[in-house]
Amino acid sequence: MLKIENLKVNYGGIEAVKGVSFEVPDKTIVTLIGANGAGKSTTLRSIVGLVKPSAGSSITLDGEELIGLDTTQIVSKGIALVPEGRHVFPDMTVLENIKIGAYLRNDSLEDDINWVYTLFPRLKERSWQLSGTLSGGEQQMLAVARALMSHPRILMMDEPSLGLAPLIVKDLFSIIREINKKGVTVLLIEQNANMALHTADMGYVMETGRITLSGAGKELLADESVKAAYLGKKKN
Amino acid sequence: MKKKAISKNKLYSLIALLFVIGILGMLQANSAQYSYQISILERSAIYAVVAVSMNLLTGFTGLFSLGQAGFMAIGAYTVAILTIPADTRASVYYVDGIAPAIANLQCPFWLALILAGLFSAAIAAIIGIPVLRLKSDYLAIATLGFSEIIRAVISAPQLNKITNGSYGLKNIPAFPNLFVAFGLCGLCILLMVLLINSSYGRAFKALREDEVAAQAMGLNLFRYKELAFVISSFFTGVGGGLLAIYMRSIDSKTFSINLTYDILLIVVLGGIGSVTGSVIGAFLVTAGREWLRFFDNPLTIGGIDIPLFRSGFRMVIFSILLMAVVLFYRRGIMGSNEFSWEGLGRLIRSIPNKLKRKSKTQKGDNA
Repeated sequence: MLKIENLKVNYGGIEAVKGVSFEVPDKTIVTLIGANGAGKSTTLRSIVGLVKPSAGSSITLDGEELIGLDTTQIVSKGIALVPEGRHVFPDMTVLENIKIGAYLRNDSLEDDINWVYTLFPRLKERSWQLSGTLSGGEQQMLAVARALMSHPRILMMDEPSLGLAPLIVKDLFSIIREINKKGVTVLLIEQNANMALHTADMGYVMETGRITLSGAGKELLADESVKAAYLGKKKN
Repeated sequence: MKKKAISKNKLYSLIALLFVIGILGMLQANSAQYSYQISILERSAIYAVVAVSMNLLTGFTGLFSLGQAGFMAIGAYTVAILTIPADTRASVYYVDGIAPAIANLQCPFWLALILAGLFSAAIAAIIGIPVLRLKSDYLAIATLGFSEIIRAVISAPQLNKITNGSYGLKNIPAFPNLFVAFGLCGLCILLMVLLINSSYGRAFKALREDEVAAQAMGLNLFRYKELAFVISSFFTGVGGGLLAIYMRSIDSKTFSINLTYDILLIVVLGGIGSVTGSVIGAFLVTAGREWLRFFDNPLTIGGIDIPLFRSGFRMVIFSILLMAVVLFYRRGIMGSNEFSWEGLGRLIRSIPNKLKRKSKTQKGDNA
């Protein structure tokens, strides 16, 4: 279980995350929703060690402290990040991108490559194409496939639906559920609250650096203030 | 079907290789007659090694470094100091004498080349620690400064007993024959190609494309930058050593910033991120400068002196040609592609079509 306790992050005087605590139990889908600037991405980036949290924060994986480890070590513990804005390697082929995802592994990749190709048949067709020439949706799929190649226990995704057509978003979320069924824990950051909460077991709402609401996905969907703020429905 | 195509390509490559060896053998047999051509070809091959090593850093890892001349100087001086025959050293170090520690230090040229590479790699490892924290232009300026420092240190009078200061070093034994020179260059390039195609090469490219994503994949950014820098400097050092053996006498002015610009020119012209591009670029730039000597001589047609044809004019022409190449081949001759027999086949097949199109448009113009 991934446990975040009292996470605080400062960007040169500005406190972007102000003491956030939440849990990501094994084999579940947990989502963090919130508007721009709420501190969602910063939270994810601190979990993988790309951002250094302030003193007093604690991030533990099965009781082991992750703060202070570098990104390479954290990734090797089974946490994979699909960064916001996809970040595929544009001048490398799809297959090369997928292979680099398994960078920390030394065993045979054959089975896993086949697995991600069955999840995303489109990528198989394009395996020799340069990733920069893929469409936005395909790049997002590639970013997910690449992250899966490291055999993560926990897959963290930063706004996977960003800039994608609604139909593709739907496909993507059904694939996320499928990945979760294989036993991969998913931590999802989203602005698309509707899709995210429908998919997630557990949801947290972040506002200006704090978690203001939490509950099961379905519960939050029914919550009046969530409806008002994120789902575009008027309060009655 | 696919298997057959691969073996066909291998056959072509083998024929090409035998052809090159045949030409080298012919040049070697008539080395007195062709000494000018041989010297151009050798210089091209050595520049190709350095250009590929720069490409490894700039093109494949995305680190823009301008320290090539400095590392070449380190390599060249290492080779020179280790290979000048001991009995002629007194005449080389005629000003201040030679430091006793190195007076009798002599080893075969191949060992000297390896040591040259290792020495520049070691220095790269040390300066890499602070310098590789910088990015793009800032890294270029820092490495440029380093290169100038090396040159200044080498020519400092305080080091007269080791580097012979500004007097330079001479009597460096030449290559025993052409095959050794080209064989060594080929070997260096082959080793770099193998590296680029390995999983290390993939990691280098990932670093070049997107540092954030590379880090998220668990790549240790600094480790790979340092590794690329050290390996590239190793081969740059070996290249400098080869240059010393080729030139037989060196001084610190050889390794001024102009040398780095020459190499950069080759890399950009050939295509950043293409090994074959760098090799082609090395031969084109080095040989091109010589062919254009024609423009340096006064030219008289029908009793009239054509103006502009005087010494120095070839560099004007050379620069104009460069601009033309950069304008029409934005990404260099090869872009980021590598040579393949299929690619060559496509190019040859496309020529008739292009000509047809051209004649069509000309017809259109007439009508």
